[in-house]
Amino acid sequence: MRYSLFSLLGKTLSGHRSWPPLWRDAAPKPRYDVIIVGGGGHGLATAYYLASRYGVRDVAVLEKGWIGGGNVGRNTTIIRSNYLLPGNIPLYELSMQLWEGLEQDFNFNAMISQRGVLNLYHSDAQRDAYARRGNAMRIHGVDAELLDCDGVRKLYPFLNFDAARFPIKGGLLQPRGGTARHDAVAWGFARGASDHGADVVQNCEVTGISISDGRITGVETNRGAIAAKKVGIAVAGSSSRVAAMAGMRLPIESHVLQAFVSEGLKPVIPGVITFGAGHFYISQSDKGGLVFGGDIDGYNSYAQRGNLPTVEDVCEGGMALMPSIGRARMLRSWGGLVDMTMDGSPIIDRAPTDGLYLNAGWCYGGFKATPGSGLAFAHLIARDEPHAAATRLRLDRFARGDLIDEKGQGAQPNLH
Amino acid sequence: MRIPCPYCGPRDTAEFSYRGDATLSRPDASGDRAIDDVAMFAYVYLRDNPVGRHQEFWYHGSGCRSWLVVTRDTTSHDISDVRLATAERP
Repeated sequence: MRYSLFSLLGKTLSGHRSWPPLWRDAAPKPRYDVIIVGGGGHGLATAYYLASRYGVRDVAVLEKGWIGGGNVGRNTTIIRSNYLLPGNIPLYELSMQLWEGLEQDFNFNAMISQRGVLNLYHSDAQRDAYARRGNAMRIHGVDAELLDCDGVRKLYPFLNFDAARFPIKGGLLQPRGGTARHDAVAWGFARGASDHGADVVQNCEVTGISISDGRITGVETNRGAIAAKKVGIAVAGSSSRVAAMAGMRLPIESHVLQAFVSEGLKPVIPGVITFGAGHFYISQSDKGGLVFGGDIDGYNSYAQRGNLPTVEDVCEGGMALMPSIGRARMLRSWGGLVDMTMDGSPIIDRAPTDGLYLNAGWCYGGFKATPGSGLAFAHLIARDEPHAAATRLRLDRFARGDLIDEKGQGAQPNLH
Repeated sequence: MRIPCPYCGPRDTAEFSYRGDATLSRPDASGDRAIDDVAMFAYVYLRDNPVGRHQEFWYHGSGCRSWLVVTRDTTSHDISDVRLATAERP
């Protein structure tokens, strides 16, 4: 059903007892045109755009657990497109533009809030680096504003401007950046995909990928074999495991990234702030909790939980940036598995097997890319050619030396 | 997570730096450019990224400054073996 003021009024009169489930809890059919492995944000977005924009409706999304249980519900909800390199900016900006019209497009309230993302700088060298990044963004049509110290003070007077070690000299602001309610993004895409005819299948773990004469024929699952003409893998965190079923080794390590939320507070932080002298980013949810995070733990991990040194490091970053949060109690923390690639940038490409497609390597930039990644992956699967915004996110770029290394760290995944 | 360093005993992971997969070995040049490019690409970029037991390099920078090979389970963080990187491996 379509949500509107009238549907709300109608259901109000009937006591809100007849709201249908958001999406059909489908059982898998024996065959599909396209199977998407992984019912996370990217997989659901891919199915949604395949069905709504490319007319491919015979699609199944196979999810091992439940919708919203993976990274799409474990991130810090930030959306932005403040990247530096030409290989990355178009995809993230495509995503940003899709975020801006997403709620009307899929008829669901994802609480998208363009409250501005501010990256602070603390030295002259860092200011120059951010000026360069801002210029790169503006060349690509992305909004960017370089603020001096007074400019930041007007926005966030409570920051620790005169700290002896890391005084705040200014910041790079992307006013269109902000936050989105991550669960609603998953639910909205699942509902949209389901309404357009795609099957969203939960509790269905892919255990094998069937290949015959170099061509994909389907997948094996814990609920039986399912045939398919094309299979897309969108299982960031576990990409190496699933790709291994098709005989691939990937330029990826799996790492754990933690996120944190404080007890609910009255409104205190209007936008998203990132600390430039450590790795710390924070925003406040509409419910009042401060949502924050920092670096990955830094070692290969398939455990959706991290260790205490990283918790301490993140909290120290927060205290250096805005000592006032020291009075707030941390309520919860959790971890999500991320695909760390060898250059810190994602992969949306065909796999060497005909009919197999790979969407992986999102490092910790996956959530903001959800709609753009879904659209680009849907385009690749439907048309068999890369989307214009994702032409350089190729699997073979490592062998060709055409890396997209935003931080210039080289092939050391835990540093990206 | 603590790593039992052969010299220093069990120490907090914050004292260590991580270098990744310890099972890779740098390929020798064969002289054939095409073969060497493929071998070097695999060495630099491709990883098994296993679920479960993982042999990995850690550097005890805030301690004895030794390079260690740690065998750790990537799902439970349990460490089953630690030895100096210069020692024989199982």
